[in-house]
Amino acid sequence: MSSSVDKELESVVIRFAGDSGDGMQLTGTQFTNAAALFGNDLATFPDFPAEIRAPIGTLAGVSGFQIHFGSTKINTPGDMSDVLVVMNVAALKANLKGLVKGGVIIANSDGFDSKNMRLANVPEDQNPLTDGSLAEYDLKVIDVTKITRAALADSGLGTKEIDRCKNMFVLGLIYWMYHRSMDSSIEFIKSKFKKNEAVMTANLKVLQAGWSYGETTEMFANRYTVAPAKMNAGVYRSIMGNQAAALGLVSASVKSGLPLFYGTYPITPASDILHELSRHKNFNIKTFQAEDEIAAICSSIGASFGGNLAITGSSGPGIALKGEAIGLATMLELPLVIVNVQRAGPSTGLPTKTEQADLMQAYFGRNGECPVVIVAAQSPVDCFNMAYEACRIALEHMIPVFFLSDGYIANGSEPWLFPQTKDLQDIKVEFAPERGNNDDKFMPYLRDEKLSRPWALPGTKGLEHRIGGLEKQNVTGNISYDPNNHEQMVLLRQEKVDRVADYIPLQTMDNGPETGDLLILGWGGTYGALKTATAILRGEGLNVSHAHLRYINPFPKNLGEILKGFKTVVVPELNNGQLVKIIRDKYFIDAIPYNKIQGLPFMSTEVVNKIKEILA
Amino acid sequence: METTIEKLTSKDFASDQEVRWCPGCGDYSILKQVQTVLPDLGRPKEEFVFISGIGCSSRFPYYMDTFGMHSIHGRATAIATGLKATRPELSVWIITGDGDSMSIGGNHFIHMLRRNPDVNVLLFNNQIYGLTKGQYSPTSEQGKVTKSTPMGSVDYPFNPIALALGADATFVARTLDRDPKHQQAVIKRGYEHKGTSMVEIYQNCNVFNDGAFEVYTEKGSKKENILLMENGKPLIFGANDDKGIMLDGFKPIIVNLADVSANDLWIHDETDLVKATILSRFYDDPTHPDHKPRPFGVFYVNSNKNTFDELFNNQMDAAMAKGLGDLDKLIAGNETWVVN
Repeated sequence: MSSSVDKELESVVIRFAGDSGDGMQLTGTQFTNAAALFGNDLATFPDFPAEIRAPIGTLAGVSGFQIHFGSTKINTPGDMSDVLVVMNVAALKANLKGLVKGGVIIANSDGFDSKNMRLANVPEDQNPLTDGSLAEYDLKVIDVTKITRAALADSGLGTKEIDRCKNMFVLGLIYWMYHRSMDSSIEFIKSKFKKNEAVMTANLKVLQAGWSYGETTEMFANRYTVAPAKMNAGVYRSIMGNQAAALGLVSASVKSGLPLFYGTYPITPASDILHELSRHKNFNIKTFQAEDEIAAICSSIGASFGGNLAITGSSGPGIALKGEAIGLATMLELPLVIVNVQRAGPSTGLPTKTEQADLMQAYFGRNGECPVVIVAAQSPVDCFNMAYEACRIALEHMIPVFFLSDGYIANGSEPWLFPQTKDLQDIKVEFAPERGNNDDKFMPYLRDEKLSRPWALPGTKGLEHRIGGLEKQNVTGNISYDPNNHEQMVLLRQEKVDRVADYIPLQTMDNGPETGDLLILGWGGTYGALKTATAILRGEGLNVSHAHLRYINPFPKNLGEILKGFKTVVVPELNNGQLVKIIRDKYFIDAIPYNKIQGLPFMSTEVVNKIKEILA
Repeated sequence: METTIEKLTSKDFASDQEVRWCPGCGDYSILKQVQTVLPDLGRPKEEFVFISGIGCSSRFPYYMDTFGMHSIHGRATAIATGLKATRPELSVWIITGDGDSMSIGGNHFIHMLRRNPDVNVLLFNNQIYGLTKGQYSPTSEQGKVTKSTPMGSVDYPFNPIALALGADATFVARTLDRDPKHQQAVIKRGYEHKGTSMVEIYQNCNVFNDGAFEVYTEKGSKKENILLMENGKPLIFGANDDKGIMLDGFKPIIVNLADVSANDLWIHDETDLVKATILSRFYDDPTHPDHKPRPFGVFYVNSNKNTFDELFNNQMDAAMAKGLGDLDKLIAGNETWVVN
């Protein structure tokens, strides 16, 4: 029996890091599920290379998964990790700077042999496991490969298959360290490998070996408990952002009573929305993988013309290709949701890294005066809410709506106190009714109080009409080159967007009063980091508030009022200053930009330091 | 329940908009033939949708009193695919030109053909960019002198029929603006085909490329230069129907009917892809002394391929067979936990 002592912790950050093929993403998600089922609050951050199988053992091939779990409210995956699991020397080299001083390193010694040292460009005489350079850390060296091979010596599997079970050893050990039940992982392994019993047995055996290793060796002086978090009562599940977005879209389809059509083209990090939607055809969800980004949005426009809830999804480079068609949808005044899961740009940029640099693209990235509605999700769970909102606004206002997400929240996960569908806001859709021969001529651009026009479906008697990209006369929809009509139509399309403000919630404060010394104004996936930073700053007695925008065009009607209540407004963004330009232009305030453009989320400590610097 | 459909006339399909093509444009004839064919199809007007891209031809939907969309350059094919997938009961037509479908929309064009949605394509080929006032197009002959190619274009032209066959199109035909009867017959056959029907229409642009097809339309030359294909009939042409085509292995040869019996000629078989491919390559410069006549009519029909809209909706029907899924269950997922 182990002689380790139990210690209670409020929260822990663990980072699993290894080669792309080491199964670190799976290890991380398995531990995440177990922590969620246990009742911890949590946030995760998968951080992987763009290459599917980058060269083995190199820095470029390091794949990481960070989880922050605790007994208190967890807003971010954590600035620094407390525990770093590394499967090879490259993983250590890439992640050591993110480990707190004194933190635990669990290292697979087999990944520190001369071959791995050479691949990671570490000189032979500087093996960090033996040269004393890790003296400031709590280093645990385990030959995971050797133990795994020993455990499976008589499994009948080949060395390659045996080595693939290494990650289960690590998972079992971490489960032991944090007193976690392995049940969910055991179930997972049983179901995943139900067709290959040898592999199933091997994985279960190694998982158990990891647990037993902790139990029997004297290596670990402490085990840790992290109590369940005090969260609002109810039923929870764990969810990733892209999955939540897909469920939000499905919900909008069911609640509006319309079939959903998702026209798209594979692109990182948006493809998982397609994968999720394509599994739910039994909800009348139609997915279409088009030949390119342009066909993806155009097929959706066709489906919208036909009366479907039409959605297209992509990331920045794909959105660039869709620009002309977004303009068409704006002219046609048909409902369309455009999903942009943002990634670092420009051009191909950093496909697997996050950024918020497509806001201006959403606002202005088309020819002519072409305003569209823009909403943005602030967390993995919020992807559900805002995807749903995007659909609601598009359908009820007959207008294209951008739904902005980003790679960080798209791939991150958190517990979700999921709603009952009966509690979701209704989505009201009306199609123009058929007309008889004696009725007046149908007017396709006759507007209602929202300035939206009738949705007149092909196949409806008496509604034959033509729409198109040429400027059209208001009311009749006929082509018009009249100068005054063009100006009127441009202004009407703008006013139509502006009026959406009457149908969205007012801006609320996330933390702090509505007036004060400094307002942190954020949008999108930076929410967790800004929330944590604000709590720290306020904890230190600073008069700082935080508001987070989810409706970006139009802004909530009271935003100007809120901004005026602060001496200083700071706009932190993962770009070179985009929302801040719009805020300055619209509200004439000297908002201060705070930018990070590294393909990485904000650390809350960075934000705290910056705000203190501004206040000093 | 059987509903009676009021008998429509070509006038019912004309919108109240003034037609604004140049006087003498070949587009007028195509508009007229479509408006003539549609009332005979026995469908209510509201079931027809015309979708176009950009170019002179793409103004077409504005002049039809049906549902219509004048979209963006090259993308009518993609829009039509989305509409047909979601509304398979509609009769969807794509109006496009040689620039629209062969150049900027080339990608969507080939992908639509490989998918085979049940839509009808009318490709107005005038071998020039008309709306932008006279640049060479992807079907213009090499050496064409235009505003953008003062020394002649160096590009080789696309052969739309061969391209369509290469993309596995299931109905491929060619007709021309100056032959209303032939046009009507081909358009009607295209409509009746289940799958994508690709009808190339030689259309004269009398402003920027006048006479591009006159060798096929003028009395003195047309019979020597046109090969009218009819299924099950020998391939005969010539001023006095005095010439025919024979196959020597895979090599087509022109023979004189004085020397060869019509029974020994190549008998046109619309279902033969190999032969259709050989016919599609009858694409010589008509001024070349050994040129073969240009074929008109239906090159190829494949009625055995499922349409995209069928396959797409079969999957939907199979998935929906047990009724709409339970949304609350879906949202809850497989693993939940309770916080008290």
